[in-house]
Amino acid sequence: MTATLSFPDLFEPMIAAKPRKSQQRSSKQPKGGRARAEPATPEPESVPAPAPARSSKPRVRATAESMAAQQRDISVSEFFAKNRHLLGFDNPRKALLTSVKEAVDNSLDACEEAGILPNLTVVIEDLQPDRPSTAKQSRYRVTVVDNGPGIVRRQVDNIFGRLLYGSKFHRLKMSRGQQGIGISAAGMYGLITTGKPMVIHTRPDAKKRAHHIELAMNTKTNRAEVTEDQETDDFPPQRLKTLSAGTRDEAFLNSGDYTTGTSVSIELEGRYQKGRGSVDEFLELVAIANPHAQIMFVPPTRVAAEDQEDLPLTDAAKDTPDEGKAPPAPDIVAKDKKIDATVSNIEKDGMIVFARGTDQLPPETQEIQPHPRGIELGLLIQMMKDFEAANKGGGTLYNFLQEKFCRVSSARASDFCKAIGVHSRTKVGDLEPAQIEALFKTMQETRLAPPPTDCLAPIGVRSMLSGLLKGVRAEFYAAETREPAIYRGRPFLVEAAIAYGGELPADDTARVIRYANRVPLIFQQSACSSFKACAETSWKNYNLTQPRGSIPIGPLIIMIHMASVWVPFTSESKEAIADYDEIRKEMKLALMVCGRKLGTYLRKRTAMKRQSDRRDVFERYIGEIAKAINSITGEPAKKLYDQLLKEARKRTAMADAQLDEEGRTMKKRMKDEADELRGDEGVVMVENRASQPAQESPAKKDAASPPTANGDVVKLSKPKRKSKKKPSKNDQELF
Amino acid sequence: MAKRTSTSSRKKSVKQRDKTTLGKITDLAQGVATSAYKGRDISIAIPTRTRSNTVWNSKRGILQMGDAKASRELFNLNQAKQFMQTVLHGGSIKELIEAQKTLSLRGMFYKGLHTIAGTNSEKTFTDQDESDTILEDLEVSLGSLREELHIFAKKAGTMVGNITIVDNGDEIDCRRMGSGGYAVPSIVEEDVIQFKKVDAKFVLHVEKGTVWSRFNEDRFWEKHNCILTEGAGQPPRGVRRLLKRLWEEANLPIYCLLDCDPWGHYIFSVMKQGSISLAFESERLAIPGAKFIGIRAKDYEECELSDDVQIALTETDIKRANEILEYPWFIENKPWKKEIEHMLRNGFKMEVESLITKDISYVTEEYVPTRLKKKDWLD
Ligand SMILES: Nc1ncnc2c1ncn2[C@@H]1O[C@H](COP(=O)(O)OP(=O)(O)OP(=O)(O)O)[C@@H](O)[C@H]1O
Ligand SMILES: [Mg+2]
Repeated sequence: MTATLSFPDLFEPMIAAKPRKSQQRSSKQPKGGRARAEPATPEPESVPAPAPARSSKPRVRATAESMAAQQRDISVSEFFAKNRHLLGFDNPRKALLTSVKEAVDNSLDACEEAGILPNLTVVIEDLQPDRPSTAKQSRYRVTVVDNGPGIVRRQVDNIFGRLLYGSKFHRLKMSRGQQGIGISAAGMYGLITTGKPMVIHTRPDAKKRAHHIELAMNTKTNRAEVTEDQETDDFPPQRLKTLSAGTRDEAFLNSGDYTTGTSVSIELEGRYQKGRGSVDEFLELVAIANPHAQIMFVPPTRVAAEDQEDLPLTDAAKDTPDEGKAPPAPDIVAKDKKIDATVSNIEKDGMIVFARGTDQLPPETQEIQPHPRGIELGLLIQMMKDFEAANKGGGTLYNFLQEKFCRVSSARASDFCKAIGVHSRTKVGDLEPAQIEALFKTMQETRLAPPPTDCLAPIGVRSMLSGLLKGVRAEFYAAETREPAIYRGRPFLVEAAIAYGGELPADDTARVIRYANRVPLIFQQSACSSFKACAETSWKNYNLTQPRGSIPIGPLIIMIHMASVWVPFTSESKEAIADYDEIRKEMKLALMVCGRKLGTYLRKRTAMKRQSDRRDVFERYIGEIAKAINSITGEPAKKLYDQLLKEARKRTAMADAQLDEEGRTMKKRMKDEADELRGDEGVVMVENRASQPAQESPAKKDAASPPTANGDVVKLSKPKRKSKKKPSKNDQELF
Repeated sequence: MAKRTSTSSRKKSVKQRDKTTLGKITDLAQGVATSAYKGRDISIAIPTRTRSNTVWNSKRGILQMGDAKASRELFNLNQAKQFMQTVLHGGSIKELIEAQKTLSLRGMFYKGLHTIAGTNSEKTFTDQDESDTILEDLEVSLGSLREELHIFAKKAGTMVGNITIVDNGDEIDCRRMGSGGYAVPSIVEEDVIQFKKVDAKFVLHVEKGTVWSRFNEDRFWEKHNCILTEGAGQPPRGVRRLLKRLWEEANLPIYCLLDCDPWGHYIFSVMKQGSISLAFESERLAIPGAKFIGIRAKDYEECELSDDVQIALTETDIKRANEILEYPWFIENKPWKKEIEHMLRNGFKMEVESLITKDISYVTEEYVPTRLKKKDWLD
């Protein structure tokens, strides 16, 4: 039924021959470590320059008239089809990931907004199992099913068939999506590379039948062309349950778990690999920051052979070449042990389950109006026009100020009117440009209360810690949530957490995992504000090695989360946070809090180590000394040795008992600090994972088993303290 | 030329010296044991051999070691190993003295080298440097000379001339040493080497073997009735001690013919005033009366040398020269100040061999005799 789809002619040449080639070209670009937005890949249809042989003919120059004939509207979809790298579709590997990411973001957003604990199922089917695993790319079908509120029939066309259509762009509210591009762009990429439409199943009403819709975007018009539209009982789609032993399980896509919801399927050319920048990594990171979600992942049965050129990450060099050589397992996907000590998930029958860690949804966040401080003149003018239109030309300035901004009280609104010399009942439409500008200036200069912060929902210290504990086998964890702050009039909040030691690789640079509104950011690390904040933090103060101007080296994972009603991304693909001073400063402060705790912990660890070293060193040499003295004076060696040993032990004990600045003995102080850390809600220590420095890496252990499996005592400090004391600032319930 | 003298007298004086050394080592070891039993700090005091602990004695014209001492403690994480090494070498030296044998520095390294009991691979010494340092420490802390510890360095120095000596009982006539010369041993104390018949009126010490050969081939020492020595660059302790004795005991003036470069100047300063690392030996080694007859910065013009002999001063050279200018024993010496400044002005250095451009034997027949006659030298 979908076979005969008429493509917009724009895509003909691309589908016919070119995707492979242009992908190769673009896939090389990130290799140098920098994944900056690269210039648009030249499109195949661009005509080569005329050969010099023909230059004898007089060349016809363009005139204003002839040029006018070519000047016309450019539809957004045409633009982004050409510049799809802007949206994160620059190579097959990244395209697969971006598609999963857009669908998952939307599902989580929708569930949370509807107050539903998210159940997500992500399935990647390998549609061309006979393509060699060394092929640059292969055809996959990505399906994401959620138990969200569903989508009403009349909105489906617009949501999936139009770029720049969404519910989140026009508001200031913390959500994962914000542009109205995401899912339709993924569908467009699929259409461009495979010619196949998107398949949507959605059931907005548990008591009614679901919709089954297939549609393709017409990029010329930026509108959907629907090829299939029927009502069905098939939700969640049963077809998915037939894929493997794992998917035939009762628990998989249980219709009880999915009474309402949406399923989106996109066929696309992509590349499925493990390691950095993979779908697996993305979902692991999602699980860490979203412990309230349950995610089941059915990866394709085969993993593409590793291809260095295709690794899009700045730190791709770290992936060792032999890593990809492991033959693709036929059924169960070989879990990539190289992904640090990340363990979160349970694998069974070719399925990876990221279990729900908490039944508490993140607190609902409020939508806010813009703050006068953060407004720009052009936006102000636009808002006035919109207001005028909405009020049929009748809105007053006073009402405008009160309704459309936060923190503008009625007194304030009158003040503003007075300040620019107009009456409060003056119509917005009657303002002179000079008056608007004066108003804008006054807004910038007036001191107002900062915007409300109930629009932000942090992950929270406890959730970050349990997310990291679930995901990373380290020995020390610390987390910190900062108070909300403001950039460009927009409230935001930064959180940081670190995991140190244990099974993390000791000689690599620390791994930075970045989040914006709970969405992991995988690419363009070095362009990201959070990465810069990491590099600018003086980790040396916390007993870590740090090469100049770069991130520290050691068994360390640094997690940074920025939550905001509007995250300033550096590009439409939402890969890096723009570098605002206010944001970077908050990030650094959060990192410092975590760093200080780590420093205390490491100091304590080193002190303990030194103690045993001392004992060691002395006892090592006194044997030689006793022998030598005996050879000189004839002093009985054994007697002298025993005496020296006694002395050595006495000295060690004395050194251990040395007083510190505050008059505590070393032992006492270490105990105090340990107690302090132990009592700290923002800290978790796993003592029997504490490795002696310079021990061989315990890579042999099964990295895929959950932390409790090897008997580690992992306990978060008890939450009960919170209720007794004044409520902690970091507490989620506060928001 | 080699005649034996009675061995018994030699043995006797050696015994006396060894007894003193043995006593010092035993005291050190006993001190360690006593401190251990009494629960006191277990340490060995070692005079510091650094620039800050060298004192310029302008009256005597030598560098001397100051009084600063560092205490090497057993119960200090950073010193425990060195403490062990010091005691270990102490034991080795006692053994050497009792067996009446000597070992080279390298030999001592191997003597002390083994895997520490109770460890699986840690060695007592990582390299010879570590061992050499400990031996120097022992020298200064015991107040004994290296030779008294029965340790010698490799021979590096040659002598010919109008002198007969007795070396370890063998009589050696330095007028009949062929083209190779007498190899100066590292231990030249009175009980090993005695001056039997000194006819020479002065000593000419040259920097390198090649220059020395030139003088020997031209029988310079015969014509000018002198002794001719060479020290392969910075002369080893044996050569310096021998020259010192010739100057002090036989009253011979010592003239040095060295290159006109910061290295040559430095060698002269070490011979004349002593060095920082061996400041404790200055009394024994420094020759305050030594004189520098060349090569001088003015020689390029005075001897009308060709451009070819110029070797441009490198940046390190210039830095080095300025450092030497800052040495207190040069600061006080106006002519030397001028000399170094002249060289810096020239912008190049000159080797003794550069005189060959005039004539093969210009240096032996013309240069040195003229300078000696005119008493043209630097003090
Ligand atoms: N699974 C879903 N369930 C319910 N509503 C959805 C779902 N997916 C998308 N939507 C709706 O469709 C809109 C458009 O989604 P789209 O991903 O294109 O843009 P966005 O999420 O608003 O912004 P961004 O481009 O940043 O992702 C969303 O704003 C949301 O209202
Ligand atoms: Mg979206």
